[in-house]
Amino acid sequence: MPSDKFRADRAKRTRTLTLGAVMLVAGAVLAGFGWSTPSLVLAGKAVLFLVGLTLVFQGVSRLVIGIRGKRIDLLFTLAVIWLIGLITVAVLAPVLPLGEHNDVAKTLLEPTNMSPQLLTDHPLGTNNQGLDMLSRSIHGARTSLAISLLAVTIGTVVGGCIGVIAGYYRKGVDSVVGIFTNALLAVPPLILLIALSTFLEPSLRNMALALSLLTIPSMVRLARANTIAFAQREFVMAARLMGATRLRVMARELVPNVILPVFSMAVVMISALIVAEASLSFLGLGIQQPDPTWGNMVAEGEGGAMEDFPHIVLVPGAFLFLTVFAFNLLGEKAQQRWDTRSAKL
Amino acid sequence: MRRISLRIGELIAVLFVVSFGVFAMVTLMPGDPAVAILGEGHPPQDYENLRQELGLNDGLLHRYWDWLSGAVTGDLGTSLVPPQTDVTERILGALPVSVELAVLGLVIALVLAIPLAMWSAAHAGGAIDRMISATMFATLSVPSFLAGLLLIMIFANGLGWFPRAQWVRISEDIPGNLHHALLPAIVIAMMELALFTRILRNDLIVTLNEDYILAARAKGMPPWRIMVTDALRPSSFSLVTLMGISLGRLIGSTVIVEYLFALPGMGSMIVTSANQGDYPLVQGAVLIVALVYVVVNAGIDLSYGYLDPRTRRVHA
Repeated sequence: MPSDKFRADRAKRTRTLTLGAVMLVAGAVLAGFGWSTPSLVLAGKAVLFLVGLTLVFQGVSRLVIGIRGKRIDLLFTLAVIWLIGLITVAVLAPVLPLGEHNDVAKTLLEPTNMSPQLLTDHPLGTNNQGLDMLSRSIHGARTSLAISLLAVTIGTVVGGCIGVIAGYYRKGVDSVVGIFTNALLAVPPLILLIALSTFLEPSLRNMALALSLLTIPSMVRLARANTIAFAQREFVMAARLMGATRLRVMARELVPNVILPVFSMAVVMISALIVAEASLSFLGLGIQQPDPTWGNMVAEGEGGAMEDFPHIVLVPGAFLFLTVFAFNLLGEKAQQRWDTRSAKL
Repeated sequence: MRRISLRIGELIAVLFVVSFGVFAMVTLMPGDPAVAILGEGHPPQDYENLRQELGLNDGLLHRYWDWLSGAVTGDLGTSLVPPQTDVTERILGALPVSVELAVLGLVIALVLAIPLAMWSAAHAGGAIDRMISATMFATLSVPSFLAGLLLIMIFANGLGWFPRAQWVRISEDIPGNLHHALLPAIVIAMMELALFTRILRNDLIVTLNEDYILAARAKGMPPWRIMVTDALRPSSFSLVTLMGISLGRLIGSTVIVEYLFALPGMGSMIVTSANQGDYPLVQGAVLIVALVYVVVNAGIDLSYGYLDPRTRRVHA
């Protein structure tokens, strides 16, 4: 026999579910209206669309609470799904049935500057040369992710090792490393990239190397600070008393402890690197057309095109925003979990 | 005092490494500067003479020394691309534009961030606080070139409120200058605003839990006064650190914004001269930017003592 509390819980649950469903539907209608209505200026459409999206989001999270009975971090789940999806299609891009992404000769017969229409051959439209925007965005993701992941890996490994060595040996090694990291940090990131781009060919490998230079100094600092903290702990002392060599102390005692904060910092940095790569390509100093990256796709909208065809900017812009947002969210979670000291700042 | 002199010594060492890095980097550039100045198709002797004249045949260290001793006395050479102007003069012309944009952006960000953070912290966990936090987190993920293009699309082209791609010098016409600088400055401010609000909100929440705030409340001080007179200063510690860290990004977004709005500042100058291979201009401009950056950061380091007297003794 159901108690009062049980009945009240059920009523509450039904209410949550109904409210969630109503919000979901209303939000979807509003967002759909905002997306497709021809009667408003762009700003009004964008506002309607965003409000609708927020409603949908709130609706879904209420539904989830109603069904599962507990709160989950919906935004985080969505971010992870987006990243996994994006990485999968980016890896599989060459074998997926996508439109043409960089060969203008093959798109002579395609419509140019077509607006996004979901159920056609070009769901996200085409650019001024008839190249498919969906395909270009996915190939752009390929370049962007490859460059940033490669750069962050190089930066983490090199910077982390230098940091551990500087933090463990201290003294002379430490001050020399300190001056060099400070010198690297003394040039603002984008200026450094622009200066590097004057003599480096803008290839994928060079871009990754240049971007890794941005990550090295902060990695060195973080790894060094953590190493200094751990090097004073008892287990390091014990290892040294047992006659472990310096190399062994660093590799077996320090690195495993330093690696977690360094790793979470790496996740945070990915989004900054994606932005840096996109900015450089936007300025025309990164990967060159016709190979697509999100940055040079956004740049196509400059000089008149975006007034008439906003999707030229909005499609790659949305990919860029969602990816950076997802990595930011992931990075914040990682820092809260593994690096409580940096998370505060 | 000892701390300050130590800091200055470190600063000079860093600037040496930076200047050498900038110098060595640019000499790695492909292409012969002599060909770039004269153009193709001159007799080889002409190129040779010009190289001799530019000092390109001397050793790397020799040339570095020449360049550095010139730089210290304010002579950064002449640019290679016609009209071959004095680099120092070009930089002095461009620097005020960038500084104005950056300062204006920073001021806008601070003016908005402080009240927003106070409101958020005072009503922590409430609906408005959550909305502000979510908006700020989303803003962090919008690269400045994208934000700039979107704002241009909405406010300059759609609504026609702001002009685009012109610049009025502040010495000529102050309202006109502000009208031209406002939209670019807003773009610069957005990212900083998001960061400042987040960090200040979190610090304020911590401060508001301290005992002395409780004491002030018990005395019957109004909440807004507690915020302004008691809570703000001790909470601004991370904000100031963050401003130092953000400076690099601030300069970066100034570059993007100047390029986007075609404003005659340092950023657009560096981008165009990098594209044209005009290396004396790139060298000079990067050196000046690094100098400003390092000096401002050192100043911020020293300001901690004022903001939080507790740190004075620890470092001494």
